[in-house]
Amino acid sequence: MPPRTCALCSTSRAMLKRPKTGQQICKECFFTVFETEVHNTITRAKLFKPGDRVAIGASGGKDSTVLAYVMKTLNERYDYGLELFLLSIDEGITGYRDDSLETVKRNQQQYSMPLKILSYDELYGWTMDGIVAQVGRKNNCTFCGVFRRQALDRGASMLSVDHIVTGHNADDIAETVLMNIMRGDIARLGRCTAICTQGEDTIKRSKPFKYAYEKEIVMYAYFKKLDYFSTECIYSPDAYRGHARVFLKDLEAARPSAIIDIIHSGEAFEVREEVKATQKAQQTCKRCGYISSNDLCKACVLLEGLERGMATAGITDRGRKKLDAEGPAPDNLRTIPFYTAGAAPAVSVGPD
Amino acid sequence: MSQDTTISLKVEFGGGLELLFSNKRSHQLTVPATVPKSTEDNATKQADITFLIRYLRDNLLQERQELFMENETVRPGILVLVNDTDWELEGEGEYVLKNGDEVVFISTLHGG
Repeated sequence: MPPRTCALCSTSRAMLKRPKTGQQICKECFFTVFETEVHNTITRAKLFKPGDRVAIGASGGKDSTVLAYVMKTLNERYDYGLELFLLSIDEGITGYRDDSLETVKRNQQQYSMPLKILSYDELYGWTMDGIVAQVGRKNNCTFCGVFRRQALDRGASMLSVDHIVTGHNADDIAETVLMNIMRGDIARLGRCTAICTQGEDTIKRSKPFKYAYEKEIVMYAYFKKLDYFSTECIYSPDAYRGHARVFLKDLEAARPSAIIDIIHSGEAFEVREEVKATQKAQQTCKRCGYISSNDLCKACVLLEGLERGMATAGITDRGRKKLDAEGPAPDNLRTIPFYTAGAAPAVSVGPD
Repeated sequence: MSQDTTISLKVEFGGGLELLFSNKRSHQLTVPATVPKSTEDNATKQADITFLIRYLRDNLLQERQELFMENETVRPGILVLVNDTDWELEGEGEYVLKNGDEVVFISTLHGG
């Protein structure tokens, strides 16, 4: 069949079909539309202002690697005036995170951005390898997810940044919408499509790739020959998300706009005021000062369970009751350093 | 119409798929130019990507074929490029292989 020409420039040969629109376009036009759409997402949501210090949550994987590259490109092209940093969390997973951190260290050189690595071991006194050795492979993703969220905020606070951007793409967000519907998690459904979230006490977080399809991110990385790391986590994957992902990929195969349609549906959900009123107000954790909807934040409960050898305490109500029945937390319990947003001294980050 | 009875190809795996193929990203291979249409009768067809996918599963894949194939094609979420062009522009599985073609398979399913 004869080569098709690009639907946008009508001169070069088309090299990919955009899932969002079905348009057949060439490589150069693809770079332009992909970058411009991210720029439009950023400006429409007014994510940044000149002088902002912004940390890119970098795992070494495809999404965050492309995000770092695109943020650097847009910051220079449109004069955002941002100071960009790479922030990586080292969960302590031998043979997985240690390798992907090598990728982030190369990105630091390639994009000349300062890099800060914060480890679970440093913050919580536990590595994921150590946690899995105690809790097994069933609930370890709960620990990892809760610990990572708080570690990112704390890392960002150490860098004195105003804002964290993450590589969550349209596929990820559509999956999350589906998961929250299936679980009946109204509170999360209401906020999971927000491009930017900000707790009372935490640093802003946003998702510039909210409308970017995974296929296009991977194509972008491939055509630009970006250096990224791709291995499945060696511990059990998030099975629930896995089901949502497979289902979503099947939907996408039948109708590529399904992903963006699901995001739009998620955005259109409105939680009624009387339902909102039953949701817990946010406060700060009495033990570590981090934002929480209970007296103790989830990370502190999980850590206490680990330290007292009752790891299920943070997972199930039954485990929690068992822990409470054993009496109050001992005074010498290892805890997370107290968190005061914005008050942390800036640390120097260099190529160490 | 080429007279060759075999076709030389370069096949590459990325995005984690290489782990299923002896952890090797790039493979040089030679496949027959004419292949059976199906397993039931003797009809033949020119080797296409649908054939290549099955060939890779039977000859190169080392483990967990369900992560590579589903319903006689690649699993949803795997991107295929023929000579750096999205296979969706080339007829997908029906693209007829030519000598010297470069076919790339990239998984998008890994975290990032």
